[in-house]
Amino acid sequence: MTDKFTLAGKEFSSRLIIGTGKYRSFDEMKAAHSASGAEMVTVAVNRVPLDRKTESFLDHLNPSMQILPNTAGCYDADHAIRTARLAREALETDWVKLEVIGDQVTLLPDNEQTLEAAKVLVKEGFIVLPYFTDDLIMAKKLLDVGCPAVMPLAAPIGSGMGVQNPSNLRIMREQLPDATIIVDAGVGVPSDAAIAMELGADAILMNTAIAEAGDAAQMATAMKLAVEAGRLAYISGRMPKRLYASASSPIAGAIK
Amino acid sequence: MNITVNGEIKELEKPISLDRLLELFSLPSQRIAVELNREVVRRKDWPVTIINDSDRIEVVHFVGGG
Repeated sequence: MTDKFTLAGKEFSSRLIIGTGKYRSFDEMKAAHSASGAEMVTVAVNRVPLDRKTESFLDHLNPSMQILPNTAGCYDADHAIRTARLAREALETDWVKLEVIGDQVTLLPDNEQTLEAAKVLVKEGFIVLPYFTDDLIMAKKLLDVGCPAVMPLAAPIGSGMGVQNPSNLRIMREQLPDATIIVDAGVGVPSDAAIAMELGADAILMNTAIAEAGDAAQMATAMKLAVEAGRLAYISGRMPKRLYASASSPIAGAIK
Repeated sequence: MNITVNGEIKELEKPISLDRLLELFSLPSQRIAVELNREVVRRKDWPVTIINDSDRIEVVHFVGGG
């Protein structure tokens, strides 16, 4: 299939981006990563513990995978900007998943602070991939300040609730036909991923749905297939929905 | 003198360079980044950056995340 996914000038074969959090073991994470076919994985920036020797988490990642640092745990633009700068210094990458959280219970994004941080980081040359509420106007603002893609949530982080507002995604796709839309957060099962892709998302970012599955590697395979299926369905063009039936077999010519 | 490293107050006898400080706390030197008083210090500047009284240092690495 020649349907490549291009993001900030870089070509990907896979439209699935996955996280590295919550896995029960490194082996399980590696198996899931491999099964998913993903070419980009997210990591979090965190204080180095002072009281013990630490091994590098990054050593457990397949070196061929692009690393996308996130600004998880940041509650205002200033912290997110500082975290992005630290990640760039440590990893020598301009790519960042911008995440500014609004509150601890819902982990819903603070869109205002996200936009502020995006403005600053884009000016500093970052490739800013912002996580935000699935809102068309916010998407436009984020694109206007120079984000190469927008990452609306499907549902709260780690909730596994699936696409809560398909109309918002559909409107975003229709109104921003040229934008790169990556659905980030909230996918629970492969059908959720397929729905998001059928609605026209260009890619999906997920973590918990795979990491918390009983068999993470098998779920990663299922997600890979779902993303592919949803994508194929979207570019194929779905049949129209009808309130009433439309016979598949000829009515005329049936025996009487 | 007292400094704050990753939120913990630490005592130092006298000002030292940032790369010495990392050694002192047995911190890894690869794939980490350091902030001094909220500004990133580039790796090449570690040896010439002096840590003084009341400085606040953040040393970060990467962990699993989504």
